[in-house]
Parts: sequence; C-alpha cells; structure tokens
Amino acid sequence: MRVAITSTGNSLVSNLDQRFGRCTYFIIYDTESKETEYIPNPNKDVQEGAGPASVQLLASHDVKKIISGEFGIKIKSLLESLKIQMIILKESEKTIREIINMLNQ
Amino acid sequence: MSPRPLRLRKVSNPPVISGFKPYGVKNNNGNAEAVFLHFEEYEALRLCDYELLNHHQASLITEVSRPTLTRIYARARQKLAEAFVMGKQIIIEGGKIYFDNRWFVCNTCGCYFNNPDKQEEVTGCPLCGSKSFSGINDVIYESEESAPRYSALCICPECGYEQDHHSGKSCKAEICPGCGHYMIRKDPVPIKTSTKKEKHESSDHQHGK
Repeated sequence: MRVAITSTGNSLVSNLDQRFGRCTYFIIYDTESKETEYIPNPNKDVQEGAGPASVQLLASHDVKKIISGEFGIKIKSLLESLKIQMIILKESEKTIREIINMLNQ
Repeated sequence: MSPRPLRLRKVSNPPVISGFKPYGVKNNNGNAEAVFLHFEEYEALRLCDYELLNHHQASLITEVSRPTLTRIYARARQKLAEAFVMGKQIIIEGGKIYFDNRWFVCNTCGCYFNNPDKQEEVTGCPLCGSKSFSGINDVIYESEESAPRYSALCICPECGYEQDHHSGKSCKAEICPGCGHYMIRKDPVPIKTSTKKEKHESSDHQHGK
C-alpha cells in the first residue's frame, strides 16, 4: 500500500509539513517494497485550489493513505469520495523517518 | 452586501434511500411534482425524531447553532407535511452539507484518522497499529449526555449563597434564604466550550505520555 506524507524537505530527516495543499514535498512510501519517492509540490505557491490539485496529483500516484497536519474542508469530502484515508498528526517535530518507522510497526 | 455564507452542515451518513413515492393516488394529476428534502433536513429529522436527541445535542452533531438546527428541522417537517397532504413524492438531495464518516483518535500516538471504507470496521490505528483508539463523535456525545447544558447553580449576589438550579424555573424568581435577595445564575458555561477544553486537555495528556 502506498502512503503519502507531507514533508518540509526531500530527505528522511525533514519534518512533517503541517499544511497539506501547500506543503513543500510529498513523500510517497510503499509499505510493501519499502521504497520512498519524493515529489516536489507544484501547487506550493498557488493562490487558490492548491488542495484539490494536490489530491489529484496524489490520486494519480495511487495513494491509499495521506499523513499530514491538517486537511481543509474542500479536500475532506474529495478524499472521502476517493476512499483515501486521512491521518492527522499534530506533532510537527516528527521526522519522516520516525513516521515511516511507526508505519512499519 | 452579500449575506454571510452558510455554514457547512455535517451529516453522519447518507440516507439508505433516495426518496419516497406515494401509492394509491386518488386523483392522478399532481403526480409529477416532488418535494426536495435536503440532506441536512433529513439529518435533523433523523437526530431529533429517530435518535430522540434534543435540538441542542443535534446542533452539536451537525455543527451548526441551535437556532439554525431548529430552523432546518422546522423546514424538514414542513416539507414532509406538504408531501403527505398533497400526495407528492419526496426526493432527498441537495443542501449545503458534507458527510462525516466518523473520525477516530489514537490513544498511543495521538493522531486523528478517519475510516474511508464504511463497510469495514476499524481494527487499529493506521499509523502505529495500536489497538487503543476512540471515536471522536462518541466522546462529545457521552459528555453531552452526562453534563447539563449549563453549570446549574444559582448564586445570591449579596451574600454568595449557592443552591442547585431547578431547570425550567428562573433564577431571578428564587429568593436567597439567608438575606432575602433575588438570586442570579452562577457563571453560565455553555457546554460547547467545556467539551472543547476537555478535548484539548486529553490530547495534551497523551502528548505528555
């Protein structure tokens, strides 16, 4: 299963980005093959509609779960219809490596 | 100036049917007309008349104010009555709503998550796999059941004497047995803020662990 994590940078020591639509990087982690993929967010500086555009990007990568600090009201209904699970983690100090370790438990 | 935008109403689950049709219509000319019952009105009916909650409890669940919920509920009954009397069919659609498929909070890592697939039961936290999690709606609902809407105490402004408030009876009608002064309500605390506080405290507690 593929899990998307919003990140402030493109390494495993970067922190979790508390925003979803305008995060710096998306990290896609495959729980079976243990591979990570880094995608720079093209919607980072968009004025409007960053959330839905990011959802579209992640849906095209066949993601089943998204871990972020927050999800906007436009996105929640969209993700529900796409049957993508939202996981809200309020601890911004957590690094991507720690989150991946939690997923593997 | 444009009016203030409507607040999104939360609907727990979509209804199992999309409408009702009358049968055995006596005069066959009013058949084509339909009444459009909005999802939020369906939800208000479900909470108030099926779950037997009061309007305040229902308003917390749909995340609108109590007066707004009462208006939605009144509209729902008006539409149903119109459909019954005029023999119109009912179509449930529309309304400014979003569906809430229950959110959960993990007691181990403190993350919040939802359940996108309603067919499957949640077995564990999707992040850390912990079996210890609780539904967020349940927490609010339980505290709502046990706690009264306001802190129910009357206080005398003169001597500070306190007594339990009798619901339905105005505090200003009560007379202090000590000094004979009229009583007032002691700091009314709406339940909404107190449940929020409880939630924050519990999440802080989890972080502390």
